[in-house]
Amino acid sequence: MLKTFRIGGVHPPENKLSAGQAIINAELPKQAVVMLSQHIGAPAQAVVAKGDKVKVGTLLAQAGGFVSANIHSPVSGTVAKIDTAVDAAGYQRPAIIIDVEGDEWEESIDRSETFVKECKLDAKAIIDRTKECGIVGLGGATFPTHVKLLPPPGMTATILIINAVECEPYLTSDHQLMMEKGEEILVGVEILRKAINVDRAVIGIENNKPDAIKHMKELAADYPAIEICPLKVKYPQGGEKQLIDAVIRRQVPSGGLPIATGAVVQNVGTAFAVYEAVQKNKPLVERIVTVTGKSLAKPSNLRVRIGTPISQLIDMCGGLPLDTEKVISGGPMMGKAVVSTDMATTKGCSGVLLIRDLESRREEMQPCIRCAKCVSACPMGLAPNVLAKAATYQNWECAEEEHVMDCIECGSCSFTCPAHRPLLDFIRQGKAKVGAIIRSRNAK
Amino acid sequence: MSLVWIATLSLGGIGAISAIILYFVAQKFKVYEDPRNGQVEAVLPGANCGGCGYPGCGGFAAACVKADSLDGMLCPVGGAPVMAKIAAILGKEAGEVTPKVAVVRCNGTCANRKKTSHYDGAKTCAIEASLYSGETGCSYGCLGNGDCENACAFGAIRINPETRLPEVDEALCTACGACVKACPKGIIELRNKGPKSRRMYVSCVNKDKGAVARKACSAACIGCGKCAKECPFDAITVANNVAYIDYQKCRLCRKCEAVCPTGAIHAVNFPPRKPAEPKVDAAEVKPIMPQAEAPQTPAENA
Amino acid sequence: MNQTFIVSPSPHVHSGNSIPNCMYNVLIALIPAFLVSLYFFGVGALVVTLTSVVACVLFEYLIQKFLLKVKPTVSDGSAILTGVLLAFNVPSNLPIWIILIGALVAIGIGKMSFGGIGNNIFNPALVGRVFLLISFPVQMTTWPKPDALTTHYLDAETAATPLGLLKQGLPIEATTTDMLLGNVGGSLGEIGAIALLIGLAYMLIKKIITWHIPVSILATAFIFSWLTNGFDATDALQQLLLGGMLLGAIFMATDYVTSPMTHKGMIIYGICIGLLTIIIRRWGAYPEGMSFAILIMNAVTPLINKYVKPKRFGEVKK
Repeated sequence: MLKTFRIGGVHPPENKLSAGQAIINAELPKQAVVMLSQHIGAPAQAVVAKGDKVKVGTLLAQAGGFVSANIHSPVSGTVAKIDTAVDAAGYQRPAIIIDVEGDEWEESIDRSETFVKECKLDAKAIIDRTKECGIVGLGGATFPTHVKLLPPPGMTATILIINAVECEPYLTSDHQLMMEKGEEILVGVEILRKAINVDRAVIGIENNKPDAIKHMKELAADYPAIEICPLKVKYPQGGEKQLIDAVIRRQVPSGGLPIATGAVVQNVGTAFAVYEAVQKNKPLVERIVTVTGKSLAKPSNLRVRIGTPISQLIDMCGGLPLDTEKVISGGPMMGKAVVSTDMATTKGCSGVLLIRDLESRREEMQPCIRCAKCVSACPMGLAPNVLAKAATYQNWECAEEEHVMDCIECGSCSFTCPAHRPLLDFIRQGKAKVGAIIRSRNAK
Repeated sequence: MSLVWIATLSLGGIGAISAIILYFVAQKFKVYEDPRNGQVEAVLPGANCGGCGYPGCGGFAAACVKADSLDGMLCPVGGAPVMAKIAAILGKEAGEVTPKVAVVRCNGTCANRKKTSHYDGAKTCAIEASLYSGETGCSYGCLGNGDCENACAFGAIRINPETRLPEVDEALCTACGACVKACPKGIIELRNKGPKSRRMYVSCVNKDKGAVARKACSAACIGCGKCAKECPFDAITVANNVAYIDYQKCRLCRKCEAVCPTGAIHAVNFPPRKPAEPKVDAAEVKPIMPQAEAPQTPAENA
Repeated sequence: MNQTFIVSPSPHVHSGNSIPNCMYNVLIALIPAFLVSLYFFGVGALVVTLTSVVACVLFEYLIQKFLLKVKPTVSDGSAILTGVLLAFNVPSNLPIWIILIGALVAIGIGKMSFGGIGNNIFNPALVGRVFLLISFPVQMTTWPKPDALTTHYLDAETAATPLGLLKQGLPIEATTTDMLLGNVGGSLGEIGAIALLIGLAYMLIKKIITWHIPVSILATAFIFSWLTNGFDATDALQQLLLGGMLLGAIFMATDYVTSPMTHKGMIIYGICIGLLTIIIRRWGAYPEGMSFAILIMNAVTPLINKYVKPKRFGEVKK
């Protein structure tokens, strides 16, 4: 019996079209648009000015607070302007726009392919390095990694869990990264383990990637502290709370932090980025992006410099199919539909998914038939129908009593609803409102 | 026969004892309520819209009774006549009443704003605004899902199906402010109704730079400041790339409307302009606000 | 590239499940039971079922179109399902005019007066059935004798049902095999235990329903009747196979709209239905108590939903 989380869950069709496609380097853009807010937390503050010459790895913007991340130049060239650019949601947001000239890297970065196994830094130095290099969680949530590596006072980590679940349909970037950079990932895991001072690390991989499980198991034989844990396929296993439950059978208390269970969860892509930052002194300037879609000519896994417009990535994979009606940054369950393909890649962009016209539109909403499918599907054990109703009637007290704040916005409820009710839309609004109410109450 | 007596006595006894208990409980927990509260509440419209800032009509009535003067107290639905009645009941002076009206500050009709995306989520402005900027390049403009329409208890604001913008029916609008609260984009503002319902406002809240705003919407305020320069009364300020007319200072000279390059400034309920515009002299234009001109009698203002 | 894309909040994919899909799957699950009743009740079963379905669909359409003035939703299959279930709950020799009244009550009062699909408190088919049972007790309890492929409808030979005989303390002729196959008197669709269980298996495999309600009803009914009748396992088994027990437990009590939302709630609901049914059968005036038990528990469902919450993730005990 394979491990999995204990409450709810759904099985969306996997559609891993780009599985097994070797990672290829995306072309450099002519102009890179580097958003200043690519992570959860305060936007970074620009430290370059118009006309400055930058190289790959030059610090562009400094973290704007403790929960924030440095941003480095993904390209070499001249800063054209510091202006605004349209983000995925259509809002104008501050960005640094760089005209690309050549591909010159900062000298401090080790660009060689040599594999460095030994890590000489101590825990503090490792955490400082991840902070300097602007490493954020690459699973999609983009939470600054150094913050996660520093548990709040009074809490200690006992286990490191590496999230290689990739439960989102379509996405294959983590899978492919494991196949190609398994050694580096394991060193990254060892570094992370050292940083939080725990003696056990578990890499959770869903069972739909048997090749990755086998490959990682073989490599992990050399690392006694690292264990590979195959997991039963079920969405949303990649959710931090679900993964902890699946691997160590402990549930994050409602309203509490994951560290309360003693677990620190990091994405497998983050582990690789940490390896590069610590062993090669390379800041986070590129990431693996799955570009996929049912009509796309060549679904691929690309190594993309941050700031490359996604239209360019789509062109590399055979161009935008004519029947595309929706473009999603991320996976189909939790990704964000973008308003335009001119949008630049950010640190959190794990995939570019093109949805065909037939599948892009929602069906008409029908009355709730109280079938309770959403209740069975909810991985947090909530009653989505009740929450959505409370939010529709703006009954925020009821929404709070029903623990709307526990919702992880995985979308299982909307996915499963036979009446096509946009449950999560309403719950998300309820969450925002109740969150504001709680904050204002605590401020008093 | 004795059975009947037993039943009558026992039931009567229970009744009597309960009555005594209830009497003492009522005495013990008696809450004094000013009888005028009820009288005041009776003259209020009973819409419980909350436009006065108090929780329902009862709350407003209690506040009126408690308050030392009625200055600043206004039932936006009932307006001056109701406030006069309340003043009579309470023997207090009614405060100054300036009738207001909800004003939609967005020009983004379907013709003016090009659609750049199609929103397919739950059809409420609040949800759309929390995730997306809107279906056009303007991230400040009206989303057109009608949260304001749903919030209005008086049917005074409706989305025009052609322009996809809300329109306010002045006759029905009570300026309770429900739509102002409901609009997640903060487009709707309560402004002085103005003499003869004439008023001017900048019908745009786009804070983007002029070029960006203009690209998104042909009738956007681009923050060029021409209106502010033209205004003889310093009523117009330009901040964050958008102009704002202070309705307390504006004297409806319409000079700003004439110079606005995009037509973002709206003037409502004015007679059509004559070919030869009579010269408007600043000194001659009467202010809207002075005490003497109660806006209920706009005829004197003409 | 000036294409305008669709944007919407996540998730961007859907399971593809829909209300019609659920309803038609339940209808498919009812086919075996229908075939059994066609065999034993012949043309009467066909006439009653067809009348009931057509009447329910028509009434729903007319009420939505002309009274409520909303877009008719008859295509979602819920009215067809109500029609079939109503027919399954009446004798196969019921006159057409009574079926029409039953259908009008089921759709008009049981469903539409609450606001249509999803809003009704009581199972519409049962509302219709119980209305008919109290209004036309004679017609509703005159059961045709099972007669393979008969062409008799109104003039079918009648006989008491085994459940009625049990109630009067009389011996019953039907064997357990008869009960399993459906060679017993009773309402149109409640005979044929095996056919009904095939329907249950289909719905469980298709994940239309979960096991909680049927299993808790049947287990409770079995144990309770065993306990209250001198530990007689044969009688307890007969209680499950006879009357509307299986039809009710599998198809009526599991109605989405009127059953609780959580698994825990479903088990409470099922246990109560099982208890009530046996109580009514043993000590009540009617030989059959399934429909009353379900209707009573339908009324309690909102309360169960309010107090029985799903098990939350990381629940903090206060």
